[in-house]
Amino acid sequence: MESIQAILNNPYVFAALMALAPLLWILPYALFAIWFERKVSAHMQDRLGPMRTGGWHGWSQSIADLVKLLLKEDLIPAKSKHGLFMLAPYVVFVGSYAAYAVIPFTSAYVGSEINVGIFYFVAVSSLVVVGILMGAWSSNNKWSLFGAMRSAAQIVSYEIPGTLAILAVVMVVGSLSLQDIVRAQEGWFWNWFVFGKFPFLFIAFLIYFLCSLAEVNRTPFDIPEAESELVAGYHTEYSGMRFAMFYLAEYANMFAVSAVAVTLFFGGWQSPFGTFLSGPAWGVFWFLSKGMGFIFLQMWLRWTLPRLRVDQLMYVNWKVLMPFAFVNIIFVGLWMMIAQ
Amino acid sequence: MRDYFRNIYQSIWTVLVGMSITWRHLFVPAVTIQYPKQRRPIPERARNRLYVEIDDCIGCDQCSNACPVDCISIETLKALPGEDLGTTSGGNKKRLWVTKFDIDIAKCCFCGLCVPPCPTECIWMTDVFEYSEYDRKSLLYSFSAMTVEEVAEKKRKADEWAKEEAARKAAAAAAKAAAPAPAPVVPSDLAGRTPSTGS
Repeated sequence: MESIQAILNNPYVFAALMALAPLLWILPYALFAIWFERKVSAHMQDRLGPMRTGGWHGWSQSIADLVKLLLKEDLIPAKSKHGLFMLAPYVVFVGSYAAYAVIPFTSAYVGSEINVGIFYFVAVSSLVVVGILMGAWSSNNKWSLFGAMRSAAQIVSYEIPGTLAILAVVMVVGSLSLQDIVRAQEGWFWNWFVFGKFPFLFIAFLIYFLCSLAEVNRTPFDIPEAESELVAGYHTEYSGMRFAMFYLAEYANMFAVSAVAVTLFFGGWQSPFGTFLSGPAWGVFWFLSKGMGFIFLQMWLRWTLPRLRVDQLMYVNWKVLMPFAFVNIIFVGLWMMIAQ
Repeated sequence: MRDYFRNIYQSIWTVLVGMSITWRHLFVPAVTIQYPKQRRPIPERARNRLYVEIDDCIGCDQCSNACPVDCISIETLKALPGEDLGTTSGGNKKRLWVTKFDIDIAKCCFCGLCVPPCPTECIWMTDVFEYSEYDRKSLLYSFSAMTVEEVAEKKRKADEWAKEEAARKAAAAAAKAAAPAPAPVVPSDLAGRTPSTGS
């Protein structure tokens, strides 16, 4: 026992353990979410989805898929840039995993409690675009490159209104630290920022949510991997384990942006009922279930809406979200000035 | 400017309408029929795999003659005088041993033409349609109730009986030849005009 204590007291070992903790959630969550998405999509289309693998409603379908992908041959196209091609999936995953460093899973656990948390999140989640471009360019495939160009254009432009929406919350709280933002929403659920400064923070939430959809390439903003026109977009040439890495990164990213939406607007790990069922352990429960709620919302939207055209995508961003985000910031700022 | 805001309002509203539709469909029972576990009822007169109730077969060969693709092949042996083959369920007396009743179901075209000619209604189309096999030879169905040994035994007995019969006939013919032939009775008025037929 004491030796374990001694090992844990080593700051490097402790840091490594804290850094790996989110993986404990991401890996089972990704398997579950892939299965869940198939079930949700199937039932929304009056189908059943996977029903055989593992017995009860095909619960182990994604495990079987994962095993299959791991056993597959690692294909590398002859005319690709081998080094970059092999590296790209890991860069994408690193980009989405690095974002987990500042996500406050509960009051007691956050990977790194830095005072510029949300700024770090916005900055590091753009790293994904580098990985996507890297993979697409090096695979020497026109569909891949098209997908990645679209992805880059989309992520870079949607980050601006998204960040402006985040800025509204930061102005209300007066801190960039995600733990501070969660603590500012203490109490019952009507203290959550989605209901605060009504309707300005609600509009900010809508803008942030739309931009987060664009950032993780989900429908209606999934033109980077539009399967009906681009085969599979930026990961057309990937197979086996590297393809699985792209998939894992996509689902990790989905949860990361949902987690930030929960943190900024839905009270993070706070219980909806004040002090009832609150505490570090319940905090994990509330945080993860709110996050999964957003995952479901993303799936729901995906199986409802058709894909936008590129010009529509740019119209929504520059002509709708951008002015609304700016006006929103001005009103929130005025409110804060008058309230003082 | 009004168009701009109406556009935004309409897009949000239509998204909500779409989401309510997909939400409703989330709870609509699925139309999927999980095939091997659940299956649709087969139409009453569907034509699928053939079946022969060999106990009722009298070996008349009519189904085989009706078959347009010749997928039914039947061989029979006559029952010997002492043997009783019993009757069919309809009461017809069976007079032939059905030593071979093979249907090559791989050739069958499911026309059902073999079914109506059968006098004892012993061949019909069942509702079994899943009978794929790994080997084509497995699709040759033998319906005869007799084993190979039984068939060989019957053939041997039939040959013996045929020999005995031939011997008996030969003996009878010899006996006949030994007896003095009676003078043919010919009507006198025709005697001059008909040539001798000499039976």
